[in-house]
Amino acid sequence: MSTDPGLESLYREVILDHYKNPRGHGVIEDPDAEAEGQNPLCGDEVSIYVEFGEDGETIDEVKFSGRGCAISQAATSMLMEMTKGRTAGEVAALDKDELLAEIGVPLTPVRLKCAMLGLTTLKVALHKAKGTPLPEGLAGFDELDLA
Amino acid sequence: MIGMATTAVTKLDAHVLRRDFPIFEQEIHGKPLAFLDSAASSQKPRQVLDAMTGFYETSYANVHRGVYVLAERATAALEHARERVRAFVNAPDAREVIFTRNATEGINLVAYAWGLSNLGPGDLVVVTELEHHSNFVPWQFIAGKTGAELRMIPLDEQGELDLSTLDEVVRDGRVKVVATNLISNSLGTINPVAKLAEWAHAQGAIYVCDAAQGAPHTKIDVQALGVDFLAISGHKMCGPSGASALWGKAELLLAMDPFLTGGHMISSVRLEKTTWGELPHKFEAGTAPMAEAVGLGAAIDYLEAVGLDAIEAHEHELAAYALGRLGEVPGIKLYGPPADRRAGIVSFNLEDIHPHDVAQILDLQGVAIRAGHHCCQPLMQKLGVAATNRASFYLYTIPEEIDQLVDGLHAVRKVFA
Repeated sequence: MSTDPGLESLYREVILDHYKNPRGHGVIEDPDAEAEGQNPLCGDEVSIYVEFGEDGETIDEVKFSGRGCAISQAATSMLMEMTKGRTAGEVAALDKDELLAEIGVPLTPVRLKCAMLGLTTLKVALHKAKGTPLPEGLAGFDELDLA
Repeated sequence: MIGMATTAVTKLDAHVLRRDFPIFEQEIHGKPLAFLDSAASSQKPRQVLDAMTGFYETSYANVHRGVYVLAERATAALEHARERVRAFVNAPDAREVIFTRNATEGINLVAYAWGLSNLGPGDLVVVTELEHHSNFVPWQFIAGKTGAELRMIPLDEQGELDLSTLDEVVRDGRVKVVATNLISNSLGTINPVAKLAEWAHAQGAIYVCDAAQGAPHTKIDVQALGVDFLAISGHKMCGPSGASALWGKAELLLAMDPFLTGGHMISSVRLEKTTWGELPHKFEAGTAPMAEAVGLGAAIDYLEAVGLDAIEAHEHELAAYALGRLGEVPGIKLYGPPADRRAGIVSFNLEDIHPHDVAQILDLQGVAIRAGHHCCQPLMQKLGVAATNRASFYLYTIPEEIDQLVDGLHAVRKVFA
């Protein structure tokens, strides 16, 4: 008997639904915060745009654009729902396990990178705009976008 | 066959050869393993593993140092492996064969040791749109350091080099290096190396051939190709990881500075000055990958026993079969030249389903393919995609594995329907 996640679980309905109907997909013109992230393993790219409320801290609107696999697109879509209404500080401190719980299926290390692309990029955007901490292990992430 | 004036080669029997490869004695996710990622790295036959184990068990010591029996045995084994590589690429002299960790290191050796002292402003380094990053990034980096410029031979619609652009390239400066692969790792395109080498020499340039993908699949003859440097990748041709080789013309190697410096590569060391060792030692600083080199020698024995002609024919047959079977899958887009002009590599995309998702679902059915940019981002840009799926074949690949891939792709479509 195999204990590996089967097709049914990894590509479970909720993930496919987020992939096919991504929440918060689009671009915010003149955003308050933005960043672009890349997954060097597969060349996937995601851009994240943030608009803050009147307090300048609470995320009023957050959107993403780019291309990627079902796991990265679905995870980023879920992230948009999770972070809207939270403050920059709260999102910067958001534990990856919270997003992983939402995704709800075990991921291999490679797919974990796919799933984390959106969260990492969002944290970089907030860091650039608000000086919140960079995601763990990613000091210098900005420099990766040499292009 | 007697009495027949054909060049027919003996066919290999992949079902039989497969038994030499212990990796296939297992199931993946409860399914037989369909390993279709040999272009990334090949599997190893028992003969190679035994040769390395035997070396460790009977002959292991550091080479070129000790005067005792084991050191002599180890040295003889390493130098025997060097001679096997020499014969494999038909080099004139074994001293021209330098062991490296991988083909990337071999190309870096040339880029640094030749490029840093021979390139400057006004010089051109010409690569192709088909290059693996291993034969692109080192040249881009060294060009940047020396003020030389990088130029790229583009591809045509079939995924083959568009040589009509060469005349334009010449107008931009002095061509000093032409660096291309023999076989493309992502499209399987077989490049006209002999012709390009001739063109390079007419410009007064050196020609550097990345044969990482070529050497496993076709007979290499550096003299017939007319190249100046040629890098092979041991792990892609049934050898272990960690031992590869660079061949270079002795006259060029002799005139070059070393690449890495340190132990073993010296003639004498004084505070004021160090002098370099003879070829090939000048380019082999530190302890060599000894057991791995022995494994590479055994891999060459294995490939030659099967026959490179037979391997090449087998791969062409599989490529044709795969292009046909994959063509039946609705929504598939195949990249690259027709089967008769490509090695056993097929890149494709399925509808707009991301290759990571395709490969993940295939894995659950025991099928291992590569998904990504294959270290060829300039090529992916040309194709207008971030990534592709790639199935690649070798001497142990059987048509049943391609059938398993095709069945898997139907399952992928069902998930994303």
